[in-house]
Amino acid sequence: MPDVVLNNIVKTYNKGEIKAVDDVSFSVKDGELFGLIGPDGAGKTSIFRILTTLLLPDSGTATVNGFDIVKEYKSIRKKVGYMPGKFSLYQDLTVEENLNFFATVFDTTIKENYDLIRDIYVQIEPFKDRRAGKLSGGMKQKLALCCALIHRPKVLFLDEPTTGVDTVSRKEFWEMLKRLKQQGITILVSTPYMDEATLCERIALIQNGKIMSIDTPQNIVKQFPEKLFAIKSNSMSRLLHDLRNNRHVKSCFAFGEYHHITFENNSETESNQLIQDLHLQNHKEITLKHINPTIEDCFINLMN
Amino acid sequence: MTTEVVIKTDKLTKRYGDFIAANEITFEVYSGEIFGFLGANGAGKTTAMKMLCGLSTPSSGDATIAGFDIYSQTENIKKNIGYMSQKFSLYEDLTVIENINFFGGIYGMSDQNLKLKKDKLIETLSMQKEAKKLVGSLPLGWKQKLAFSVAVLHEPKIVFLDEPTGGVDPVTRRQFWDLIYAASDSGITIFVTTHYMDEAEYCNRITMMVDGFIKALDTPTNLKHQFSATTMDEVFFELARGANRKAD
Repeated sequence: MPDVVLNNIVKTYNKGEIKAVDDVSFSVKDGELFGLIGPDGAGKTSIFRILTTLLLPDSGTATVNGFDIVKEYKSIRKKVGYMPGKFSLYQDLTVEENLNFFATVFDTTIKENYDLIRDIYVQIEPFKDRRAGKLSGGMKQKLALCCALIHRPKVLFLDEPTTGVDTVSRKEFWEMLKRLKQQGITILVSTPYMDEATLCERIALIQNGKIMSIDTPQNIVKQFPEKLFAIKSNSMSRLLHDLRNNRHVKSCFAFGEYHHITFENNSETESNQLIQDLHLQNHKEITLKHINPTIEDCFINLMN
Repeated sequence: MTTEVVIKTDKLTKRYGDFIAANEITFEVYSGEIFGFLGANGAGKTTAMKMLCGLSTPSSGDATIAGFDIYSQTENIKKNIGYMSQKFSLYEDLTVIENINFFGGIYGMSDQNLKLKKDKLIETLSMQKEAKKLVGSLPLGWKQKLAFSVAVLHEPKIVFLDEPTGGVDPVTRRQFWDLIYAASDSGITIFVTTHYMDEAEYCNRITMMVDGFIKALDTPTNLKHQFSATTMDEVFFELARGANRKAD
């Protein structure tokens, strides 16, 4: 049985006015690194709170590590580690006191499971006597991960662990996750950063409480229904405007250095005609090339 | 974009005891420019931004913002800038209209001018139906677009944006940049921080702060060339991985 299973989970707020989770079903295999990818308000946190038995769903069923989230919530709480999106450790306890507290609550000791957190803990150990509230964002994140791991959970829930963190720290964090996965821990992680999707084994793209697609990142990219092109010229802001108004262009979105476009009929002549049109509109140094979509391209395509 | 300088700093420094949060930072920003202000967590971005907004007095160095001195004319600075961040933007328990009226009033706009701008803003954002709703009930993306529009309501010379698009969905994120481009075209200078490296590409020029210093300042194209990188992500990584500070 997969470590996490959701069947038709629904969660509403404000007497049904807001549908936060809308008939969501998916499963996470034993030892898998699974990503829930979507913007703020997509329903990620509600799903995490339901699976960690902190919130009851309106309808639907779910199990974690084989236990039912409603009837067997006590068993689940012993088996899971949870790092909420909002920093939730004790601000006025020191680093070491926090870790000790969570170890004691789970009837274990820091020593017993030290091997699991060593790589992460050594980075914050120099500050072990500092109060958690006085730590920097990056160090808080590492301490929270240590506290979530100290009882050697079977399933780890990480809710937006990298939000607001710079790209260097984000890369380090994902390296840590890979090492934890190698220890056999099942990991469900959420992120609003689409570029992190490719670091997961499988992902679910979620928007407005609904899952839009579930697969490996590679397969999601393969399912992109159009031929995608990248284009740039000497005047990118004007180019965006001109592309949106061009009759051959079906979709057009800014993607950093290039704009990404698809054509109405996917034909060779369209791209030639587009370049002619752009020349007439006084664009210079035009580059147009066929590219592979990113997860963000797929997400935008599924949203429309 | 013109060559008129709207932000000019000269060895601007902020010390907290022994700790130098911003170390002799010197740069110029031009009128109508989209200026990206990047750096790792703890590099000193927030400290610098607070000084530029007239909220924090520098320890040493000089700066003029929209022509006003950073030590003696902070009230004039505040009247000539707009500010929005992911964390603080609008009052959630006021309606859209009430927020616009409130901020228009704070910036001393005349009733007539405010009415004109208010109608135009609601129309541009297609928010006619939401005008009387509480801001707290709007989706994040709408809030952020509204917050930006309110921040430039009084036509400031400069608008400071602190991670304005964090957590916003990819389509809304791009609509937000449409608003930034439009503001820049109308002559407003955009000073923006972001963790999205594709957004760094949309800036005319970029600075990178590392450990309180400005380590790089150029166009995205030139920076990529300088670091033999193909993306801004690589440039960022090259510059930031040598950092000693891991603070916030």
